[in-house]
Amino acid sequence: MKYINKIKSVLTLIVIALIVAGISSCGQQAKDSDAFRKGALSSDVASRVYVAPGEYDEFYAFVSGGFSGQLAVYGLPSGRLLRVIPVFSVDPEKAYGFSEETKPMLETSFGFQPWDDAHHPELSQTDGNTDGRWCFINGNNTPRVARIDLTTFETAEIIEIPNSGGNHSSPFTTENTEYVVAGTRFSVPYPQQDVAINTYADKFKGMLSFIKVNPESGLMNIEFQVLLPAFDYDLAHSGKGKSHGWTFFTSYNTEKASTLLEVGASQNDKDFIAAINWKKAEEYLAQGKGHDVPANYKHNVYDEATHMATSNQMNMVKVLLPEECPGLVYFLPTPKSPHGIDVDPTGEYIVGNGKLSADLTVHSFTNMIAAIDNKEYDTIIEGIPVLKFEKVLAGTVKAAGLGPLHTEFDGRGNGYTSFFISSEIVKWKVGTWEVLDRVSTYYSIGHLMIPGGDSKNPQGKYMVAMNKITKDRYLPTGPEVTQSAQLFDITGDKMELLLDFPTIGEPHYAQGISADRIVSKSKKIYKLEENEHPYVAKSEDATKVVRDGKDVHVYMTMIRSHFSPDNIEGIKVGDKVYFHVTNLEQDYDVPHGFSVMGFENAEILVMPGQTETITWIPSRIGVYPFYCTDFCSALHQEMQGYVRVSAANSTTELKWSLGE
Amino acid sequence: MKKYARAIMVIAALTLGLLFVFPMWKITLLAPQYPTGISIEIYVNNITGDISNFNIMNHYVGMKTITVKGFPELAYMQYIVLAMMVLGIVIGLIGKKSHFWIWVVLMIVIGTVGLYDFYIWEYNYGHTLDPLAAIKVPGMAYQPPFIGRKEILNFIAYSFPAFGGYAVGISIFLAGIAALIKSK
Repeated sequence: MKYINKIKSVLTLIVIALIVAGISSCGQQAKDSDAFRKGALSSDVASRVYVAPGEYDEFYAFVSGGFSGQLAVYGLPSGRLLRVIPVFSVDPEKAYGFSEETKPMLETSFGFQPWDDAHHPELSQTDGNTDGRWCFINGNNTPRVARIDLTTFETAEIIEIPNSGGNHSSPFTTENTEYVVAGTRFSVPYPQQDVAINTYADKFKGMLSFIKVNPESGLMNIEFQVLLPAFDYDLAHSGKGKSHGWTFFTSYNTEKASTLLEVGASQNDKDFIAAINWKKAEEYLAQGKGHDVPANYKHNVYDEATHMATSNQMNMVKVLLPEECPGLVYFLPTPKSPHGIDVDPTGEYIVGNGKLSADLTVHSFTNMIAAIDNKEYDTIIEGIPVLKFEKVLAGTVKAAGLGPLHTEFDGRGNGYTSFFISSEIVKWKVGTWEVLDRVSTYYSIGHLMIPGGDSKNPQGKYMVAMNKITKDRYLPTGPEVTQSAQLFDITGDKMELLLDFPTIGEPHYAQGISADRIVSKSKKIYKLEENEHPYVAKSEDATKVVRDGKDVHVYMTMIRSHFSPDNIEGIKVGDKVYFHVTNLEQDYDVPHGFSVMGFENAEILVMPGQTETITWIPSRIGVYPFYCTDFCSALHQEMQGYVRVSAANSTTELKWSLGE
Repeated sequence: MKKYARAIMVIAALTLGLLFVFPMWKITLLAPQYPTGISIEIYVNNITGDISNFNIMNHYVGMKTITVKGFPELAYMQYIVLAMMVLGIVIGLIGKKSHFWIWVVLMIVIGTVGLYDFYIWEYNYGHTLDPLAAIKVPGMAYQPPFIGRKEILNFIAYSFPAFGGYAVGISIFLAGIAALIKSK
């Protein structure tokens, strides 16, 4: 019995000890968890992101919607969402991809593509400074580049990239917007053909494209492509200052794996940065070294005068072959599948963010030129010299974090690098490579953005972290939760978290710009007298309904608070009715909307002075209402009308009226 | 001093020419939804500015649509101005004292009649309302201020002479000086 009692008390002690240990470790775990969740908000920072009602934000931020295919516009420092610009995905709210005028914007060589994955916004530059004229953005899935006009905040142009498979390393402008670039993330057979996938190493190729931008109109054309080995070309940035004339692309999968890349593409100690001398390319093109290669791609342009897009079929590209063009391309070995590539404001340092490493590799442009001059080659791959790593290296930011992805600069000699795996941003000194500060992000940061942070003159006041995961940062909304951005003040020695804000889609990359570079150029209305739409009605006297076989064209106007005409009869089942609706208003912020009951289509939102067209094929007889969908005025609810649909064989007379 | 009188008279007559370059009068409406205001400018022969926005807003309460054709004055007023300019120049060249005074008095009469005409238009514009108007406020009239500032419902209306209007005043003032010099 004695023993049993002893055992009992020992057991009791053990249980008590376990419970105590359990409670205390639980307590510690809760504390740690809390610390992770809250982040380091040292003091009240609300006033520093507060923009009073009626006041403007200091910066615009153009944040890609990632897999939403759109581009979101936020104000900084408030983080307020100002507008979502439809780019690569249809948007029934704005009839983008539904109206007859915008459908051609989403045409590709494969047909109409209602969606894409929009990754990297890039503002146009003049002398290496963001100039607020255009914002370019790449479509990743079906390779394309779009240009958004920053006077209207509308997508003005989309060009498809042939010989490419996944346009990720794009658009990344040169310092005077001479070019934006596109690089294939997935190498594909060249030319595209029906071959076994395991012929990858022989039949597949990687293509980098240079898209020339007209300095006046902004219109893009694919000036040339460079044929490269079948690697995955990941990101890019163009040189500036002394390195102006070069564009740098990172690559991974130099192992040329075509299956299970997470293993197969992670074997080589070093992959390559491809340095393209595009000024040299222009010389070779002038010498006729470009091969005319048949290609099949679309070039879609929106005309602001006709308020209409057209899709143009393109059939040819010029391709340069590195073996025929010495000096055009060099490979810079860079450790561990480099992801982002970033050039510092002076143009001297080229940062390769080796995403499977702990270190950041920084190359020197001066060293690179010297290595080229001295022919310091390791080897030559498919006609492309591989420069000796130690000859181009400028320095290494040591053990900065885990999984470096992207770097931006503040214009005060500091670099800021995002680390995905360790979920943090590390600030380091350009030139000495010492780590100055680090701050956690919540959670798993991808890109980061400082306004002008990839230009010659960053406006280094704020930094935005774009996170891939939010988990518990916001009120839960079921299995799918928001993604987010975080705003930091970077004016002091320490980076300081100011604000979290949710974003649309996946905030992939962003560009920021001083609001004053855009505000004064922003259009308020379209001038009615400049409207060249073929179906415009510039006054109520000009409205009419015209039948052409089974096509019926309704020339309609809208003004506070009625449509003209608002009674339409003589439409028949099976007709194709085109409502060409002109907004006669010439006042700021008076759009009108239009929709018809059961018309199997999206509403149109017509801006003052604009004409938009939406179609309807009525399938049953009856009288159907239409109305203004955008609350426009005191008599908005009265802004309505009826359209009568008769049987296909009826003799109902075509007529239209207002106020009769 | 007297030798300048004739020159001043000619300058006074020419000053009226500014009426063809600058508006005589300006009416501005300010409201929460129009924080920077919308304005119409009345010239001797035209009306410009945000006329369509004035009309769109005012049609809710049944005010008449402002059109250039709706003002017969705009058709003939310019000829009166031209006639007065020619007359003034001729008087200046002839240089007779009594003519100077006649021109000044004529100008004052024409100006007063013009202002009265403007007031009558404002009165009618504010009081003649379409019985089918969507919004009817019992006992409410919408007459803009003759000169000055006036609150009308949620709007603040401003009505002031513009540079062309001041030019008429300057012209009369100069002609008066010329006549005074002549009379000394």
